[in-house]
Amino acid sequence: MYKILQKTQFSEKVFEFRIEAPQMAKHAHAGQFLMVRANETGERVPFTFADWNPEEGWVEFIFMVVGKTTMMLSHYEAGDYLEDVTGPLGQPTQMSGNRIAVIGGGVGLAIAFPVARQLVSTGHEVHAIMGARTKDLLLLEDQFRSILDDDHVHITTDDGSYGEKGVVTAPLERLLQAKAVDEVFCVGPVPMMKFSALTAQKYNTPITASLNPIMVDGTGMCGCCRVEVGGQTKFACVDGPDFDATQVNWNDLRARQAAYRTEEGQAVKAYEEANCACQK
Amino acid sequence: MPEVNGRWIADMKAPRTPANEEDPKERAKDFRPVDKGFTEEMAVAEAARCMRCKKPLCVEGCPVNINIPAFIEKIYEHKFGEGLDIIHEQSMLPAICGRVCPQETQCEGRCVRGKKGEPVAIGQLERFLGDQPELASKPKMAPKNGKKVAVVGCGPSGITCAGELARNGFDVTVFEAFFTGGGVLVYGIPEFRLPKAVVKREIDGLKELGVKFQFNSVVGRITNAEELFAEGYDAMYIATGAGLPKMLKIPGENLPNVFFANEYLTRVNLMKANKFPEYDTPTKHAKNVVVFGGGNVAMDSVRTALRLGAETVTLCYRRTEAEMPARRAEVEHAKAEGVIIHELASPVEFIAGDDGAVSAVKVQNMKLGEPDASGRRRPIPIEGSVDVLPCDLGVSAIGTNANPIAKLIGPEKINKWGYIEADEKTGQTSDPRIWAGGDIVTGAATVILAMGAGKAAAADMTAKLAPVKE
Repeated sequence: MYKILQKTQFSEKVFEFRIEAPQMAKHAHAGQFLMVRANETGERVPFTFADWNPEEGWVEFIFMVVGKTTMMLSHYEAGDYLEDVTGPLGQPTQMSGNRIAVIGGGVGLAIAFPVARQLVSTGHEVHAIMGARTKDLLLLEDQFRSILDDDHVHITTDDGSYGEKGVVTAPLERLLQAKAVDEVFCVGPVPMMKFSALTAQKYNTPITASLNPIMVDGTGMCGCCRVEVGGQTKFACVDGPDFDATQVNWNDLRARQAAYRTEEGQAVKAYEEANCACQK
Repeated sequence: MPEVNGRWIADMKAPRTPANEEDPKERAKDFRPVDKGFTEEMAVAEAARCMRCKKPLCVEGCPVNINIPAFIEKIYEHKFGEGLDIIHEQSMLPAICGRVCPQETQCEGRCVRGKKGEPVAIGQLERFLGDQPELASKPKMAPKNGKKVAVVGCGPSGITCAGELARNGFDVTVFEAFFTGGGVLVYGIPEFRLPKAVVKREIDGLKELGVKFQFNSVVGRITNAEELFAEGYDAMYIATGAGLPKMLKIPGENLPNVFFANEYLTRVNLMKANKFPEYDTPTKHAKNVVVFGGGNVAMDSVRTALRLGAETVTLCYRRTEAEMPARRAEVEHAKAEGVIIHELASPVEFIAGDDGAVSAVKVQNMKLGEPDASGRRRPIPIEGSVDVLPCDLGVSAIGTNANPIAKLIGPEKINKWGYIEADEKTGQTSDPRIWAGGDIVTGAATVILAMGAGKAAAADMTAKLAPVKE
């Protein structure tokens, strides 16, 4: 059992858990993930580390309510316990450039932030490109601003409610044109990563994407998370989750991510019905 | 009577006692155990068929040389506890091995009775005793020797090694990646073939011996050999299993609803996807399931597909039924339950339907050529002979490769295929503090071999670190 030490709500649907996990905290690196099984009947869901503290013995992850598991998790409070938490898993993020654009879209910002922080702390110049559908869904702005100068934080919203109206590729293209960055890291929805990759490729700049396929075991055993990269099948859980974004077969990834959409809908419906029954 | 004037004469007229099985059509509707096991009467009658050979070939055929005629004799005498003690000298997992060993190529394959008829049902008899663990003598416990061992992986090899070490006085901690113990016995082998209660009994037995468990712990990630040694561990046994599924390397392999067998089985066996949405992990319930492979994992997959409600389930194998590496009983069970065996066909492409998921599979028809290195006749493609089978769920069950996490565990030497190099007899690796065994050394093999490796490593560790005084 793993204790939830702290719960933070960022927006209507976005939460952060701080979990007591001293051993995991000692070995966590930016870009790695953990697998949560909330209770005895729960499924195993991967979440990338948002933060960790080896001295205090905790790890953090951020999640957005999208399905039954995340809906259920959002009802957990500090002091509650998660049945199982396994990690760290996956390869740490490794960037070789000096001036790096770190792009996060939506809940992907939770993964982008620790990567940016790690890069800053190891002496890299970092530009953060933060994208969200609308202002309320923009995560971690204060945290990004606390480690970066204001002219290194670029914000876009699809609806123009905050920052620049549009998508992350616009500021990315400006940075690339100005030769302000020599490497790019991106994490977020598939279309965002796909178009970021195309943009970076146009300027011959290497770009890494952190992928988020469905996983079951997370240790290379089952192959559920496989993605085609450079024409070869890779397992995101042990070979990734970071890959050369220009080589990823995005259509395959998207199709596999959507494979259980019907079942996810069923699970949410069953959960909501059961919860209503409890309240009566 | 088999005993005449004090001399043992086997019951030569009696046919082999048939397995005590559920009706195939009924059992294929759910996950109930298929084989209920021998009753006492059946076991004693079968024991009367054993010839008690002076030089028993069955013992040679057993990878861990269990004294088979001796335990069968005890069954005949109704001394079941003593029979179990005889097995326990060599194997701690008779309830499991009795169910999953390929007896027809091991003990029963060598049984003299098999030459002119049917061999003694050794596996069933082993299981009969294994299922009565309460009758065994209490294990002898050596006094605590103050040495600490980390066992990495809680599959059959790790379970065996941990048990032996605990009995020899070691302080043992088992590290397991999943939230529960058993490894392939719980995520891979289905309930209908190996009830999870049988595995749980073994894990509980270890707890009684004082073995500690750290679940959700992927060694190589959350800790490693150096760190564990620094924390005071004296030795380590690595038994993480083979892991990584082998690819078919054909177009369409990554389409939705194409699975590796490990995923297909894990969703149901470990995560209970057959009970979705009571359990949160879903799986796919398809009409036309096609599984590729000829081993036990392929058999488990086809039979799982039937139980998930598939209308047609086809097992495609590139050789013929005779060359299938699966246990004979599993092939027979699958056929009796309605699985279609499609011999001499190899997949070449999974084809997507309108919804983007797999809807058909193209197979290349094969013929058998000369025997290859494995001794089995090599399948050769018949040029231009291709079929397209309807397939809204495909499963690839063609084997596994080494899991890359193994090389993160410690400094022990790894071979070019990613498996750990270990001494064949002792299991000791290039690092004298580390032993290894099971599939991460041999590549995918059997439960009994993995168990045997765990036992051998425990014996060697004991001899080298803290010899037990007799």
